[in-house]
Amino acid sequence: MQAPGSKRREDLVRFENVGLRYGMGPEILKDISFSIAPSSFQFVTGPSGTGKTTLLRLILLSLKPTRGLISLFGQDVTQLSAPTLTKFRRRMGVVFQDFRLLDHLTTYENVALPLRVQGRSESGYKKEVVELLQWIGLGDRILSFPSTMSGGEKQRAAIARALVVQPDILLADEPTGNLDGVLARRLLRLFAELNRSGTAIVIATHDLALMDQFDGVRRMVLGGNRLHIDE
Amino acid sequence: MNRGLLDRFLIGVLKRFFDLRGVFRSKKRQQALIPHASASGGSLAAVIAIMAFLASLTASVALRVSNASEGWQSSVSHEITIQIRPTLGTPIDPEMKKAAIILSETPGLKNTYVYSKTESEKLLEPWLGNGLDFDQLPVPRMITAQIDKKSPPDLEALRVALSENVKGASLDDHRAWTQRLSVVGRTLVLATLATLGLVIAAAGFAIAFATRGAMISNREIIEVLHFVGASESYIARQFQIHFLWIGIKGGIIGGIAAITLFLALHIAARHWASSPNGAEMIALFGTFSLNLNAIIAVMAIALLMALVAAFVSRVTANRTIRGLD
Ligand SMILES: Nc1ncnc2c1ncn2[C@@H]1O[C@H](COP(=O)(O)OP(=O)(O)OP(=O)(O)O)[C@@H](O)[C@H]1O
Ligand SMILES: [Mg+2]
Repeated sequence: MQAPGSKRREDLVRFENVGLRYGMGPEILKDISFSIAPSSFQFVTGPSGTGKTTLLRLILLSLKPTRGLISLFGQDVTQLSAPTLTKFRRRMGVVFQDFRLLDHLTTYENVALPLRVQGRSESGYKKEVVELLQWIGLGDRILSFPSTMSGGEKQRAAIARALVVQPDILLADEPTGNLDGVLARRLLRLFAELNRSGTAIVIATHDLALMDQFDGVRRMVLGGNRLHIDE
Repeated sequence: MNRGLLDRFLIGVLKRFFDLRGVFRSKKRQQALIPHASASGGSLAAVIAIMAFLASLTASVALRVSNASEGWQSSVSHEITIQIRPTLGTPIDPEMKKAAIILSETPGLKNTYVYSKTESEKLLEPWLGNGLDFDQLPVPRMITAQIDKKSPPDLEALRVALSENVKGASLDDHRAWTQRLSVVGRTLVLATLATLGLVIAAAGFAIAFATRGAMISNREIIEVLHFVGASESYIARQFQIHFLWIGIKGGIIGGIAAITLFLALHIAARHWASSPNGAEMIALFGTFSLNLNAIIAVMAIALLMALVAAFVSRVTANRTIRGLD
């Protein structure tokens, strides 16, 4: 939603005829074109193996497209300098399907990591991080290491790590895959709240029950190597 | 020189050169982002400790050689010797007198000492044995004089005056000797310094190798750090900090080992000196004294090891990180 009179802000993500293949394999994604507006909310869905994770990795610039054009925050990504890439990554929050927590750090340290690598002093963010952990139900796991935590707990830690910087865009790959219904609903409420405060949300999932809670949310459906968009 | 200013300047240079702000800044210790166990820190610290130990030994050899050769040179070059060979048909004593007068009239010389006939013969005794009738032999005689360092004499003029007025006189200012000594001394010092350089270079290569290994085995961590918004230089700094501590640890252990060895030698040398064959031991090993210079050199080497670790790991990390993406 745009405030009346405000200048139309540019898309956060824009794909034009993007194609991708891994190595010499077949083309997994063909002619993908879409854009993600600021403060928008969308699901990326489709059967397993159709390329949801791949699509998110393209947005994250952890994969290069084999053809087509990707722009992020209004800038063509083919000639990004390393400092610009870092700047862009600080505006994005990611929840990986396999969490990617650092095993030698505690939950607290993992969640605080995005703030720490920006060089911010711990005294400035400690309270904030602890509050987030309590809210997300990890208050008694603050000093636990990932290896001692359940799948759902690790997933929540991964989500907290993505949220902590209040990114412009949040990419979440199956964020509720390991959570029971109550917790999943609670997290979705969190995503919705974050969205209201201005973060664009992209959730990759094949959890139909999850999507049904959000009637009228944009769905980007992958199938047959192509993308179909239900507005 | 303003001490505080100098300190601040040095720290500024260090920070800039090695980008160690992270190290200087972190008041409270945070868990390192690079897990310690994974980066084979223990064995690298051992390698650096051994290198620091060897470098310390080499440096102490260089110091001792340079001190010793300085000592020889200064004592030898402070003196001149005039030798007067007997020539047939000329009695030697008047020639000796003439030479002594010339020497005493030359400005810049002091403590002229004329060796008497018996003294000269005594000097030859070790070679010829006693009980010889020296009257039958043309024994050369000797005069020595000390050079006044503040106003050195004109040795060339002295040489001319002696050869014109005194039969069989030759002046030896030991220049050939001191030159040879200084060449030998300098070569030895250079050789030990080169060895020192090689040892430090070897440590540098070991650190570069370990840095690359640590980065490759931690590439998943590096990837996550990238995703959460860490810059390349931030990530490189994590590895630098990691290897700086290993360098400091290795340098300190090696340095302590070297100082312990010096101390043991020092005590042993004193023990030998008081033992019956102390003279031989001293002739073999010199009087080993634990001097301040050696300790400063060891500490400098420990510091150097840490700096080499910081510098090499940073350069390697910067280079490797671009190859990983
Ligand atoms: N690194 C890779 N190398 C080669 N092929 C890959 C790689 N990663 C994924 N693929 C292939 O690309 C296709 C899409 O994979 P992707 O992980 O994007 O699917 P997905 O939609 O996320 O599936 P899921 O719902 O199971 O997570 C799959 O056929 C997979 O085998
Ligand atoms: Mg997936």
